[in-house]
Amino acid sequence: MVYITAILANWIFGYKIFTQGLIQLGQPATVKVAANLVRLLAYNNKNMLQTGLIVGGWDKYEGGKIYGIPLGGTIIEQPFAIGGSGSSYLYGFFDQAWREGMTKEEAEQLVVKAVSLAIARDGASGGVVRTVIINSEGVTRNFYPGDKLPLWHEELEPQNSLLDIWGSASGSSPEPMRE
Amino acid sequence: MDPNSRLVMEDSQRTLTPYVTGTSVIGIKYKDGVLIAADMGGSYGSTLRYKSVERLKAIGKHSLLGASGEISDFQELLRYLDGLILYDNMWDDGNSLGPKEVHSYLTRVMYNRRNKFNPLWNSLVLGGVKNGQKYLGTVNMIGVHYQDNHVATGFGNHLAIPILRDEWREDLSFEEGVRLLEKCMRVLIYRDRSAINKLQIAKITAEGVTISPPYSLKTFWEFSAFKNPTAGAEGSW
Repeated sequence: MVYITAILANWIFGYKIFTQGLIQLGQPATVKVAANLVRLLAYNNKNMLQTGLIVGGWDKYEGGKIYGIPLGGTIIEQPFAIGGSGSSYLYGFFDQAWREGMTKEEAEQLVVKAVSLAIARDGASGGVVRTVIINSEGVTRNFYPGDKLPLWHEELEPQNSLLDIWGSASGSSPEPMRE
Repeated sequence: MDPNSRLVMEDSQRTLTPYVTGTSVIGIKYKDGVLIAADMGGSYGSTLRYKSVERLKAIGKHSLLGASGEISDFQELLRYLDGLILYDNMWDDGNSLGPKEVHSYLTRVMYNRRNKFNPLWNSLVLGGVKNGQKYLGTVNMIGVHYQDNHVATGFGNHLAIPILRDEWREDLSFEEGVRLLEKCMRVLIYRDRSAINKLQIAKITAEGVTISPPYSLKTFWEFSAFKNPTAGAEGSW
């Protein structure tokens, strides 16, 4: 099985959308068109590909739109979409926390919080959070390093070293435990 | 009952696959004794399910045991060791089991279980000081055991031991030992998917055993390569 999310994305965007879409049509392709191009690749190569995709964007006809394209090549328009190994831990979170009509700031905070919760519990998630906001104004990218994310249950504030905690209270070394 | 048939009863469980697991344990000898570090994660497959698992435990007055692998098997080992230490104390003869003896006991237990195809699914680090002699050893689920100035289990073998081979010295001070272990633990936090950023460090000296409270290490993520991962690959097609 081939995991080629990035390669698919590159190809769809660079070749299909830009070359065929923009040049032939004279204007950018709609989100629905982009999503369907992705779907065709995913559906027609379903025995060779194993990749879950989310296509999101903005166009002047329909505004912001999100299309989920899971394994197999189904296409489904959704108000929000989650995927990947860490997403297992987020279904309950989104059921509770997602609302219709959030502002740009609220939505970005929600997404960062969600990824941060997934990082806390999924071994395959970690490191940094990168976000992309796509709207009528264009594309904005943001970066959140791992140590700036909120702390969750049983997570502790980071220290430079144990030596700072034990301090130089008892000389260089703390007293051993006594029964 | 037909005398030619036999009624076979499966009355004991066998660990065939681990469920809740701990990752690396690292141990080093230093000037006054031994230092051992382990994080506090109990993973359930790829899920970081339990985040306050104490994987370092004192054994008697002279030893410290750190375990990776199946946590339930570690807990069973602690029960065995409780019995062993109690038996030793009941003699009340002024003698007490040292780290070398405990390591030997553990090795026999692990190897004999392995021979019966019913292993305790752990890799253990056993350290201690007795009569001024420092001891640091390891034993795992197949019975492989050895002693050294620095030992590690699991990913620690691949990520921590190379650092320790380079930077360990005889007569490390307590501070130097802690910083060295923290350097190794930081690499494991960055690179081991099962590791969590919450750990304990324990020290054993002639005076006794001390296990630190749980704490987290600072990490750094603001490399330019992380902020702009596609900088080198722009302009495909």
